[in-house]
Amino acid sequence: MSARLPEGMERGGGTAPPEAPPRNPWRRRALLLAPLGLAAAAGLGFLGMLRGLRTGDYDPRGVPSALIGRPVPDFVLPPLEGSGRPGLAAADLRAPGRPVLVNFFASWCLPCVVEHPMLMRLSRQGVPVHGVSYKDRPADSLAFLRRHGNPYDRLGVDEPGRVAIEWGLYGVPETYLLDREGIIRWRWAGPLTEEVLRHDLEPLLRRHA
Amino acid sequence: MIPELGHFALALALALSAAQAVFGLWGAQRGEARLMAAAPPLAAGVLLAVAVSLGCLMWSFAVNDTTVMNVVQNSHSAKPMLYKLTGTWGNHEGSLVLWVFILALCGGAVALFGRDLPSRLQARVLAVLGLVTVGFLAFTLGTSNPFERVWPPPLDGQGLNPILQDPGLAFHPPLLYLGYVGYAVTYAFAIAALIEGRVDAAWGRWVRPWALAAWAFLTLGIALGSWWAYYELGWGGYWFWDPVENASLLPWLAGAALLHSAIVVEKREALKTWTVFLALLAFGLSLLGTFLVRSGVLNSVHAFANDPDRGVFILLLMMAYVGGGFALFAWRAAAMAPTGVFAPLSREGGLVLNNLLLCSIAAVVLVGTLYPMFADLLLGQKISVGPPFFNMATFPLVVPLLAAMGVGPMLPWKRARLWPVLQRLWWAALGGMAALLLALALSGWRVLPALGFAAGAWLILAAATDIADRIALFSRPRAAWARARGLPRAAWGAAVAHAGVGVTILGLAGMGLAQEKLTLMRPGDAATLAGYTYRLEGVEDVTGPNWTARRATLTVTRDGREVTVLRPERRNFPVGRMVTTEASIHTNWLVDLYAVLGEERDGGAVVRLHHNPLAPWIWLGAAIMALGGGISLSDRRMRVSAPAAKLARGQAPA
Repeated sequence: MSARLPEGMERGGGTAPPEAPPRNPWRRRALLLAPLGLAAAAGLGFLGMLRGLRTGDYDPRGVPSALIGRPVPDFVLPPLEGSGRPGLAAADLRAPGRPVLVNFFASWCLPCVVEHPMLMRLSRQGVPVHGVSYKDRPADSLAFLRRHGNPYDRLGVDEPGRVAIEWGLYGVPETYLLDREGIIRWRWAGPLTEEVLRHDLEPLLRRHA
Repeated sequence: MIPELGHFALALALALSAAQAVFGLWGAQRGEARLMAAAPPLAAGVLLAVAVSLGCLMWSFAVNDTTVMNVVQNSHSAKPMLYKLTGTWGNHEGSLVLWVFILALCGGAVALFGRDLPSRLQARVLAVLGLVTVGFLAFTLGTSNPFERVWPPPLDGQGLNPILQDPGLAFHPPLLYLGYVGYAVTYAFAIAALIEGRVDAAWGRWVRPWALAAWAFLTLGIALGSWWAYYELGWGGYWFWDPVENASLLPWLAGAALLHSAIVVEKREALKTWTVFLALLAFGLSLLGTFLVRSGVLNSVHAFANDPDRGVFILLLMMAYVGGGFALFAWRAAAMAPTGVFAPLSREGGLVLNNLLLCSIAAVVLVGTLYPMFADLLLGQKISVGPPFFNMATFPLVVPLLAAMGVGPMLPWKRARLWPVLQRLWWAALGGMAALLLALALSGWRVLPALGFAAGAWLILAAATDIADRIALFSRPRAAWARARGLPRAAWGAAVAHAGVGVTILGLAGMGLAQEKLTLMRPGDAATLAGYTYRLEGVEDVTGPNWTARRATLTVTRDGREVTVLRPERRNFPVGRMVTTEASIHTNWLVDLYAVLGEERDGGAVVRLHHNPLAPWIWLGAAIMALGGGISLSDRRMRVSAPAAKLARGQAPA
């Protein structure tokens, strides 16, 4: 305790002469104003984000794709044996005449199971959905579709995952929307949920129909 | 009827808190004692009204009243009662009511315990709290009415997100809010001080317990959230530098700086402007977190409501409170001249260093959190700032902080010499070095975890040295017990909290040595990880109250002896159609054995095994930090109503 000063002396600090005023009062004033300026700038930025959310210029959830606004890259994928559906190639997507979805999935991916009912529903509603089975053994993909249903009109097998690289796949599940000219309009990385359908996909489908 | 009562109570609270704000500010400005005296009873009235409202909402959830929109959207009759009740704040609207309730609770506490405050100060503090309450009540009633009715009522609700149906998460929001809202009180004190143009030792003595309590609750809230992520999300991780996690860390860092700088105001009447700034900043950062979570401007697992209209409202509130506070600061802070003289090498110098480092860390985290959002807005670039950035950028700041944390509490006030202090810390430094070498040798020369072990050992030993030194444990051991009892609780609290940081650092270092393994196992198969053998006995179906699950049974053995049986599950919630993983964890406090069940295929199951050394220490350390805060709060000096004479005695060197 010897190192601590007794109570009286601690309090004595309060009576010490005040520091000389800073040499430059303007600098002090600027320093005191800085928090307000920073907060105001941040506030304006946030306001911009909120406006962008409404107009669609700012979307924190979308992962960008270099392919937006471009046709799909060249590829040919073999069909999944036993699924009864033809394979998928770039030629099938060049000018489909109506908006189509391309969905990358795998049997080992849990969110794919979660989103599967959404794909089934879209397919029942008559939206063409094409599938790419990504880095998955054909037997597993087949078992997956037998168990959960097959929403796909065409189904390609990309077991080595090479075509996925061409597309710039972020992960599975991932879904692309192509307009009637075959231009990629939208990409969704992650499971399609009720919300995504309502807020994003359905308005886009109406717009490009 | 009950929901209408709750709605009415909220509206009543709005009117009462508006009166509290007006009477308090006007009365203090005019020096009208009768107006000022109205503020405390009004604060009590607001508390009562908001409590009634929260009770009504909880009742609606408890009886699963499907005529209430909020219940329909977030609850379900098959949910266990605990989660029906805690589900009240598991959604945007309900959590706002909880937020306002805690705010009202703070106002009530200031009204009740603040009778010995100068009446003007108390009136102004209550008025500012009233203003904050008005804003949040207007937001709740205007954009997020929790009592909205729906007709015709659906047969049942839509259920609560299953990963939120968990005891850890049930109490995560209330603890966090106690922290966030606690900073509203220090904010109110700061605004009151700016209006008065005066900050003195008494002000510091008043602000510190609030800063301390808010910080302790925030520590617990963050730890609970991190623990939940660890055992529920099933990734074996505990902190992801997710923007919303960062948003809770920011007020924690600013608040830690605040509670230290308030000591300097109290003891030395210095750092006044800075302390007022920190008080404004801590609440501003709390509001920033609220804005980020509720406005939809960022993508996170925590995001609540994605409604830009609500976002604009919160932004306006935040700008009013933060902008208003900083404007007042720019205008009035110059009046608060420092009165203390300052030597860089002294206790107060150490506290300034602490503040600089904590605030630098906060700045790094703030920039890393907001940069991707602003890059997207201004440059149209999608950038993600992840753990590598945060780890790299905070590391050089954390190292000096931890080093200084051991030394700081032992420096005397006013003017110190470093050498005698370092001499007394000789053993702690030696212990740190020993931990470093031992960890390097045992971990196969992995430097970063070893540094963590060294830092943790250093902090714990330095805290122990500090206490041993103060009670003269070695020089006069006979009197040590009496001295220990006479030592101010604040000193004990500081040592305990600092040691808690050390325990957490040890936990983090241990997790740096974690191992994991992903295997496909058939019944009867065995896998080995870090000396433990896991044998899959089988996978079976089980049924819970509102879920069905597949449950694996894994027998864990070491050297042929059975250690434990792990039962990880994959739960399927039919309401909401969601699958969650329930990790199974066995801990002996030195290591967590952690198993997660993945998909099943080819007659086997994918099993992920984790071996996490010292993992529980991360949260144990946080609990110790909060305990330190609690001990410090029980210090006589903090009992602000204690008369000055008693105060001096409690503080006198033992």
